[in-house]
Amino acid sequence: MHRRTTALTVLAIATATAVTGCSSSKKASPSSPAPGGGSSSSSSAAGVSGTINVFAASSLKEAFGTIAKQFEAAHPGSTIKINLDASSALATQIGQGGPADVFASASTKNMDLVVKAGGASAPTNFAKNVMEIAVPPSNPAKIARVADLAKGGVKVALCQLQVPCGATAAKVFANAKLTVKPVSREPDVKSTLAKVELDEVDAGVVYVTDVRAAGTKVEGIQIPAATNASTEYPIAALTKAPNSAGAKAFVAYVLSPAGASVLTADGFGKP
Amino acid sequence: MIATPALIGFAFLFVPLLGMLARAPWRGLSRLLSESEVLTALRLSIECATAATAASLLLGVPLAWALARIHIPGIGLVRALVTLPLVLPPVVGGIALLLALGRNGVLGRYLDRWFGVTLPFTTPGVIVAETFVAMPFLVVTVEGALRTADRDLEEAAVTLGASRLTVFARITLPAIGPSLLAGSILCWARALGEFGATITFAGNFPGTTQTMPLAIYNAFEQDPQAALALSLVLLLVAMIVLAALRDRWLRGTTAA
Repeated sequence: MHRRTTALTVLAIATATAVTGCSSSKKASPSSPAPGGGSSSSSSAAGVSGTINVFAASSLKEAFGTIAKQFEAAHPGSTIKINLDASSALATQIGQGGPADVFASASTKNMDLVVKAGGASAPTNFAKNVMEIAVPPSNPAKIARVADLAKGGVKVALCQLQVPCGATAAKVFANAKLTVKPVSREPDVKSTLAKVELDEVDAGVVYVTDVRAAGTKVEGIQIPAATNASTEYPIAALTKAPNSAGAKAFVAYVLSPAGASVLTADGFGKP
Repeated sequence: MIATPALIGFAFLFVPLLGMLARAPWRGLSRLLSESEVLTALRLSIECATAATAASLLLGVPLAWALARIHIPGIGLVRALVTLPLVLPPVVGGIALLLALGRNGVLGRYLDRWFGVTLPFTTPGVIVAETFVAMPFLVVTVEGALRTADRDLEEAAVTLGASRLTVFARITLPAIGPSLLAGSILCWARALGEFGATITFAGNFPGTTQTMPLAIYNAFEQDPQAALALSLVLLLVAMIVLAALRDRWLRGTTAA
């Protein structure tokens, strides 16, 4: 008899663990005040404290990590929490009431969806990105140009079409008049890159900034400007931001020369 | 005192499903569900879950038998390892499978080199991922039944000269029949719902590796109505599974 209960318990545990696979970002607690922010508080830092939840496109992982550290140093008492995901997924999360203060998208399309739903107004483009082919360092399929991706037997990972990196890669193939049938449509650009890093695919089409961030783990093959496509990155403080002052300050920092220099250093183009 | 939290507990489990039913696009349902991508994902899901259940029966029943009947030191550890995928987050299982059976994996590189077989991004890869996650459900259920099964009949058959295989096929298997069925249904349902290990190990491509849960995840970002319609299909399947298991579980411990 108690066997059955054991099986039930095990089932319950397994289901619980399965559910925890889904990410949940914690709600901001803007209660903690800035401890003695006297000397360092410049005019822009006034009133900026607590947690600022930034929903950012996966490709901004490294750049926004750096910017967040700089921002926190400039605004003692503030904490930046970055929720990285595909821009399309983030737009959905914001639409469902995700506790976001700032949205930084990898395409105007996903930002426009949020704006149209009343979630944000007046977004500003702050960066631009172009695509590059990433291959494992050994380059098993000897990829040299975009046309090689359309060859039979070449395993290519691409982003989902609704994700900016997938949409922009599709433009590249359209420019090159190629039909590329991928083995997988990955949920965001970093998982596309991961499949290349693990040497499970022969190539992936990602942003130039991702190839740069991956260092020696992948090799980049540049796409000629004539066939390459780009995507614009808009940013906005959200209408329902729990930490409105913090949101505005962070957006201003990203748009400032200091933010721009981080983005440029990581390989992003100017908008 | 007890009634209030019990009621909250029930509401907590039931209200989300009610919410889904309330917002369901009933009018457009037939149109949403007749789109070819939906049918492709549904067919792929059913085929893969069935294949994973078959693989689990083939490998899991002998494993359950060994766990229940073989008494050697360390069998407890083996049992713990077998049930590990039950408590392991599926995405971790997917990464483990990729590192073991991927093109560059510990075993996978030989599969590729010797047989030219690569599992990731293929339909067999989906079946492997689902079997990894779902087989322990079958093993745990069948092992429990084997432990409590009456062994006198088996011993009687052996003294009458029946071979080990005959005893297993003619005496043991029929005795654990209900558990075998329940374990298979559980295993199938778990395989059907598999998401984390599948998307990590087998990737996501319509027609090849995009099963229903992956299709729902994708659809939610572009067309939430379609995601809702797809979810209803899986909810229906879950209810059918529950109905199939009702004798075993819904009636509590009094069922045979």
